[in-house]
Order: sequence, then structure tokens, then C-alpha cells
Amino acid sequence: MLADKDRIFTNLYGFYDWRLEGARKRGAWDNTKAILDKGPDAIVEEIKKSGLRGRGGAGFPTGLKWSFMPKEVKDRPHYLVVNADESEPGTCKDRDIMRHDPHLLVEGCLVAGFAMRAHAAYIYVRGEFYNEAQNLMAAIAEAYDAGLIGENACGSGWKFDVYVHRGAGAYICGEETALLESLEGKKGMPRLKPPFPAGAGLYGCPSTVNNVESIAVAPTILRRGAAWFASFGRPNNTGTKLFCISGHVNKPCNVEEAMSIPLKELIEKHAGGVRGGWDNLLAVIPGGSSTPLLPKSICDTVLMDFDALKDQQSGLGTAAVIVMDKSTDIVKAIARLSYFYKHESCGQCTPCREGLGWVWRVMERMVTGNARIEEIDALYDVTKQIEGHTICALADGAAWPVQGLIRHFRPEMERRIRERAGSPPTKLAAE
Amino acid sequence: MAMITADPKDVPQVDNFAFTPENLERARKLIANYPPGRQASAVIGVLDIAQRQQGWLPRVAMEEVAKLLDMAPIRVYEIATFYTMFHLKPKGKYLLQVCTTTPCWLRGSEAVMKACEHAAQDSDMFSVQEVECLGACVNAPVVQINDDFYEDLDETSIKRVLDAFRGGETPKPGPQIDRQTSAPVGGPTTLKGE
Repeated sequence: MLADKDRIFTNLYGFYDWRLEGARKRGAWDNTKAILDKGPDAIVEEIKKSGLRGRGGAGFPTGLKWSFMPKEVKDRPHYLVVNADESEPGTCKDRDIMRHDPHLLVEGCLVAGFAMRAHAAYIYVRGEFYNEAQNLMAAIAEAYDAGLIGENACGSGWKFDVYVHRGAGAYICGEETALLESLEGKKGMPRLKPPFPAGAGLYGCPSTVNNVESIAVAPTILRRGAAWFASFGRPNNTGTKLFCISGHVNKPCNVEEAMSIPLKELIEKHAGGVRGGWDNLLAVIPGGSSTPLLPKSICDTVLMDFDALKDQQSGLGTAAVIVMDKSTDIVKAIARLSYFYKHESCGQCTPCREGLGWVWRVMERMVTGNARIEEIDALYDVTKQIEGHTICALADGAAWPVQGLIRHFRPEMERRIRERAGSPPTKLAAE
Repeated sequence: MAMITADPKDVPQVDNFAFTPENLERARKLIANYPPGRQASAVIGVLDIAQRQQGWLPRVAMEEVAKLLDMAPIRVYEIATFYTMFHLKPKGKYLLQVCTTTPCWLRGSEAVMKACEHAAQDSDMFSVQEVECLGACVNAPVVQINDDFYEDLDETSIKRVLDAFRGGETPKPGPQIDRQTSAPVGGPTTLKGE
């Protein structure tokens, strides 16, 4: 198990003071100037070496992402944009960072922003997190007052501003280009890429969008060294990670653990085990609602990291573990996710706007078995047609959980259909 | 997003809307967060200020926001209808936003939803709305009441919370069971010493 001394988020649960004084006691803002003195390129290099991969879901190497920013500031300013629009079902880690350890995030904004030659960071906080945004704004005000950010951040000579931007309820704004649109005062509709944000992002300027956790861990990595961070987890899956364990466990919780921890150990050690014991486990959604579920047989041994879960045709996503015991109506659980994605589609691309509604309606019929066996194939086929044919990944994220259900629980879906047989036949798929 | 209609029925007539001086000041501060000429970036924030002042967003308020930000009114209507936190018709004093997405559903959000619906039927002070994931899944089921999250609910505890509101009190937000924020019940398994 990860030792407490190697945990980055030492006030995860808010037992201690989240304000500047408390944060300083826990090591935040400790000689930040020394980090900045290394220079932007050295910072990017160190983050690259640490193996940090983006904590928002996609797992793109953070240092590499930073290196895409132009090396010189020309006619357009650079921006750091922090994605705090945490809305992926199962995920509630950034909330704890913002309300209990906001200074880690503010300090992270400075070092990351400095590394990409930005003078301003915008933190896009989901609208529902009103109190969390208040804590974050208070932390920013403290940092200004203490000269840690502002005209001469930490005495480095670098001007750096941090702004909080509150959203107003839209899952899609967690998609980086939709977030930029929303930040510019428009509807959150994703942009086609290229151009990528590093070329033309916020206001058409070079921008980088990072998840809260990715930014908040940066100062500690730079202070303790890339080798320290890389010593946890397997190669290519390094570091510590915040896990959110929800659903049918005895003690749902957030916890920071080493990457590549076995799923079973994570659930049993920190979340009090599966309700009714491990053998009562039906399935786990390992990384937030977009990642396909895993049946118990895989959960017995799977490791919690990007590559291990990818090998099981799922993903680490945001590391939000949703546990379902044998009492779960598994088809209904996934149908509810289909409703979520249908509700959250921005409506821009036809396969998503029309397709996700169709998928949800068919899924609702699958719940009661009011379908034909061949419709399972039609459903799978349609999700495959949706996947990859839209501007952003929302539709992919909607297709995967349904595909995972069919992959692992097709016999259960067929059972429901057969049991209902004898009822009047339904029309095939077309609705 | 799909649930919102641009022109809802039974909206009372509102002839004019003006920001209070304090709110106008708040709006100006918000606009200053963005580069010159990018005042449209403040639209969500300024609409939120308008909504907090009026309780909801009548057409005239959206037009006032458009004027303040030098935006075409249609651009502001678009925003107000796209984002789920904007309300185009009046709501009760307490808005009960009940999360029913899978992590909350697994832990009994159906019973919580029913209790909230009953409360809204009995009293105008409550409006109830089914919402998608609120992002507090390890404290499921969750209901957001105005700005605060009430967590780890069941049928009994949500009724207790609603009764308190009815009695004019504001019950303590956060977990409604014996638990520190997102730590496991019974105390954390990590971070035991400072």
C-alpha cells in the first residue's frame, strides 16, 4: 500500500485547514521560485520523465501535451485552461481537490502555466460545484495577497493570473474544445480538430487544457523529482492516483493509491469490500461511466492502470470505480447510462444526437426483454456505427458501456427476451 | 439539454428587469476577468447573477444581459437554453435537484426521488428536478438543494432534511450519516496522522 508520506493530497478528506496557512504546513508553495528558476523546458522535461498521464480520462502524457505549446510567445498570448467540469458519472475527485486542497491546484497552475509560457490560467469549474468554487476563489485571493501569483509570482518576475470560470450544467463542457467554446461565451459544442488547442485554442490563442488532478500533482512531482513519481505503478502507468469507489461497497470513498494496484485490493482495503462479500460481486465499471464494465472473473485479478484495463477492452478513464453486486439489474444500470448520454449530447453530430436516443430506447426495451434476440446484434452494430463518427468522444463514451454489456452479459439479455416470449412481437429496431 | 424548451408555457409577465447596483458591480468584476473585447465570456456568470436576483430568467433579464455584454439577444437565449442550471420559469424557494444517474441509483436514489416529489406536491416552496450526475458519487445518493449538496441520503434522512427546510431552518449540508466528507464510514484507511 502507498505510504502516507508518498501521498500528494494530504488533506483529501478536509480534516485540516484548506487555507494558505494549512496548505503551507503540508508543503504547498514551498520555495516555488526554485521550481520556476529551472526554466520552462526543464519543467516540461521533468514532467515527461515522471510519466504522468492525463488524469481526466484519456491518459495522454501530460509533459508531451505541454511541449506542443509554441516555444516563443509571438503575437498571441498563451493560456492554461484547467478542466474542473467534473461530471463523468462515478467521478468526484476534483471536487475534493478544490474544496480541501485548492492551493495545490493554484500552485500547479503557476508552474504549468509558466512551463507553457502563459500569463493566465482559467479554471472552468462545473456550475453545480458552487461551494467548491468559493473555496478555490478564496485560495486564489490568498495567493494574490501573499504575492504567490500576480504581477511577480513568487518573486520570479513572471506575471501570472488565475481566474475561476463557473459553468452552468453541461457534461459536454468537459470535452476540451467544448469547454473552450463555453469559456468564450458560446454553447458548449465541440470543435473539429485540427487545429488543436495548442495551435488555436481559447480566443484562437495557443492553449492547453488539463484536468485538475494533472495540474495539482505537478508541483509535488517537481519538488520530489520525476524518479519518485515514476517509482509507483508499472512502466507507462506511473504515479499515484485518486480513485473514487462508489456503488455496492460497504464504505464508498475517495482514496489516493499507487497506480496499478489490483482492483480487488483497492476495493477490499479502502472501501470495506463488496457488499455481501467478494463473491457477491457482479461487475465493476472501472473508470467512470464511459468505460465498459468488467464481470467478476476479470475483476478478480485486473490491475488498475491504463494498459491493464485497455487489455481487457475497458479503460482507466477517471479511475472512478462503480461496483455492482449480484442484486443489480445490470441491464437497467447501463440503460440509465444510455439515458445520461442521450441527455448530455450537444446535438451537433447526427450519429450522436439521433443515435444515442435510439440506443437508449432500445436499451429500455432490453431491460424488460421487450425485444427480439437479433436486436441485440442490431444494437451492437449501431453502437459500432456511432463510435468514431462524431466530432468528439461523447458518442464513443456512450457506445462503449453498451458494447461492454453485450460482450459480457449477452446471456442475461437473451434470457429476458426469452422469458417475455409469447408476448406480442415488436417491430424490429426501427422504432 | 434535451429537456429544456426555449419558450416554456405558464411564464408570468415580467415587463422590466434591472440589475441592482451591487449586482451590476459583481457583473463588471466578472467581465474584467476576460481580455478586452471578450466580455461575452462572462455570459454564464452574468446570467447566473441575474437568475439569483430574479429567482429565474425572464426574457427581459436575458435581454438586459445581452445589452450589458454587447451580445445579440439570440446568443444569450442560446446560452440560457443550453445549460441546465438556467431556469426560464419561476421555481420554488428550494430547488431539489435529485441525482438519479447510475452511482446514485445503485444506492437508492429512487426512494429519495419519491420523497422529493411528494414534498414538491405538498408545498410550493419546493421544486423538484431530476438531474444527471452531480459529481459526488462516493456520497450517493445526492440531492443538491440550491447551492448545497446533501449526501449519503435515504428516504428517512431526505424527509428529515426537507422537514427542516419547511420549519425555516437550513440543515447542515454534506453527508447525512456519521462520516467525514468522502472518507470511508468509520474513519479513513489512509492519512491518519498529520
